[in-house]
Amino acid sequence: MRVLKCHKGIGPKVSGMVLSANDNFSARYDLDRINGVFSRPNHKLFGKSYVDTILVLNESKGGVASAWMLYEMIARKMAPKAILFNKANTILAQGASLASLSICDRFEDGDITSLIVSGQNVLVDPPNGNVTILSK
Amino acid sequence: MNLSQEEKAMSKGELGEAAKWAINHQIEVGNFFDAEDFVSVSNVHMMVDPESIGVAGVKFFENLVKMNAKVRVPMITDPRGVDLDYYRPLGQTEEMADIERRTIKACSSMGILMTNTCVNYQTIMAPLYGEHLAYGDTGVVIYSNSVCGARSNFEGGPSALAAGLTGRTPRYGLHLDEKRKPTKIFTIKYEPNELTDWGLVGALIGKMCGSYWEVPIIEGINKIPTSDEIKHFGAAMASYGSTPLFHIKGITPEADNFNSDDLKDLNYYEIKSTDINSLKADFGKKGDKIDVVVFAAPQLSIFEMQKVAELCHDKIFKVPVLVCTSPQVYSDALRMNLINQIENSGAKVLQGTCFYNQFAREIGIANGWVRLLSNSTKIVNILGGYGYKPALANMEKCILSAVEGKLL
Repeated sequence: MRVLKCHKGIGPKVSGMVLSANDNFSARYDLDRINGVFSRPNHKLFGKSYVDTILVLNESKGGVASAWMLYEMIARKMAPKAILFNKANTILAQGASLASLSICDRFEDGDITSLIVSGQNVLVDPPNGNVTILSK
Repeated sequence: MNLSQEEKAMSKGELGEAAKWAINHQIEVGNFFDAEDFVSVSNVHMMVDPESIGVAGVKFFENLVKMNAKVRVPMITDPRGVDLDYYRPLGQTEEMADIERRTIKACSSMGILMTNTCVNYQTIMAPLYGEHLAYGDTGVVIYSNSVCGARSNFEGGPSALAAGLTGRTPRYGLHLDEKRKPTKIFTIKYEPNELTDWGLVGALIGKMCGSYWEVPIIEGINKIPTSDEIKHFGAAMASYGSTPLFHIKGITPEADNFNSDDLKDLNYYEIKSTDINSLKADFGKKGDKIDVVVFAAPQLSIFEMQKVAELCHDKIFKVPVLVCTSPQVYSDALRMNLINQIENSGAKVLQGTCFYNQFAREIGIANGWVRLLSNSTKIVNILGGYGYKPALANMEKCILSAVEGKLL
C-alpha cells in the first residue's frame, strides 16, 4: 500500500476503482450525464463510464455549471464516487461541497494522473488529506 | 477560518436554517482554499439553468424557500434555459418548462431578481474597481475582474446562492492581491478585427493557460477593443482555460501595477496568425452542410443586435437562425424595431436564454441539429460534448451561410 498526501479535501472517506487520464474536466463540456459516459470526442476518457469510479484528472476546466451538475448527478446516482485533481478550480470544490462528493487535490508527490492509473483500487480520505493505493 | 460574531451565529443557526446552510457551505469551501476570513460582497450573480440543476436542484431551492430564505444583498441571475414564450418549437418539453417555472418561483420568493443575463456588466450595472463580488458565469467574472478591476472568483450556483444569503464570500483566490499577479506573458502578433477574431485570440490564451490559477498578462494589442470585442475575448479565454482574470498592457486597469521585476521570471508565449488559423480549422470547412445557426454565448448587446438586423435585411434562410439576447436588450431592440427586422427574415430572437444552456443535447436530437454554425468561439468549444459538430465563422459569414444552408 502507498499513501499519497494531499491538501485536506471535501466529502466523506470512500473507496473504489480508479478511472484516470492526464486530461481536464468539466461536467458540462465533457459528459453525457444521462448515460453516465464521457461524451466529448477529444477527451482521453471518451466513451468510458464514470459512474461509481474514482475519477483522477489533471485540472477542472470550463464554466460554472459543474457545481449544480454534481448535485444533480449524485441525486440520480449517476456520479463518480470521488474526483482527484492535481488542482481543482473553485467550481468543482463548491459543487462537491453541495453534493457531499469527495474531492482532493494538491498532492505532495507530484502528478496524480501518473501516480494513480486506471483499474487500481484506492481509498480516498478527504478529512485527513490522503489517498491510499490499495492494489497495484 | 476566523469568523465574526455574526458569522458564528449564522453557523449555529441563530439567523435561520437557510443562513446556516449557506455559511457552513462557504466555510467548507473557504477551508478547502485556505481562506482566512470572509469579505462582504456588494451584489451577487447566480447561474441557475434548469438543465444544470435538474429536479434535484429545484427541490433544493424549494426547501430553502420553506426555510424562509431571503437574500441579504442584491442578487441577479444568469440566462434561463427555457424561453417560456418559445419552447415547444425548439423541441423543449413541459418537464423542462416546469423545472424553469419552479426555479423562477423559488428564486423570486427569496428576493432574487430574475435578470436572466450573462452581460450584466453591459445591461444592469458595471462593477467598480476593487469592488468585491460573488459572480457566476465565467464570462461575467472574467470581464468584471479584468476590464473593471472588480474582484470575484468563479462562484458556481450553490456558492453564489450562499453568498446572496449571507452577503459575503470566503476571502480566497481573486479576492487576494497575490492571486491577481501575472503568471504567464503573451505577446499577440496578430491583429484581431472582428468579434470572432477576438474570441480566437482569447481561446488560444485560455488553452495555453489551462488552469484557473494562471493569470496571463498580454502585450501587443495596440487597438482599444470595444466592450463587445473584449466580451468575446474574455468569454472564450474563460471557456478554453477556466481562466478568470487577464491583464492587457495599456488597456486593463491593473496591468500597469506590475513592474519588470514582477514579470522577469515568467514563461513567455507568442500568438501568431498561424495559431489562429490552426484553431479555426478545428471548426468546420467550406462547403460543410449546416443545420442551425446560433448567435449567443455571450448574449448579444444592442450593437450586435443592430448588426444582425442589418445583415438579415432581405435574406431568406434555408436553416433556422437563433439569436439569444438579454431581456433588457430585447425590450430596447423591440422598441427600436430590430426584433422585427431580424424575425422578418425567418430568424428567431430568444430573450433571457443562451443556447448552450437550453438542453442543447435534447433540442439537437429533437430537431436533427448536428452541424451548428456560430460566430462565438465559446459556444463551439462547449457544444462538442453535446453531440454537435460545431463550425465557426464571423457574423456576416454565418448569415450568408444560413441563406445557402452550407458553410461559405
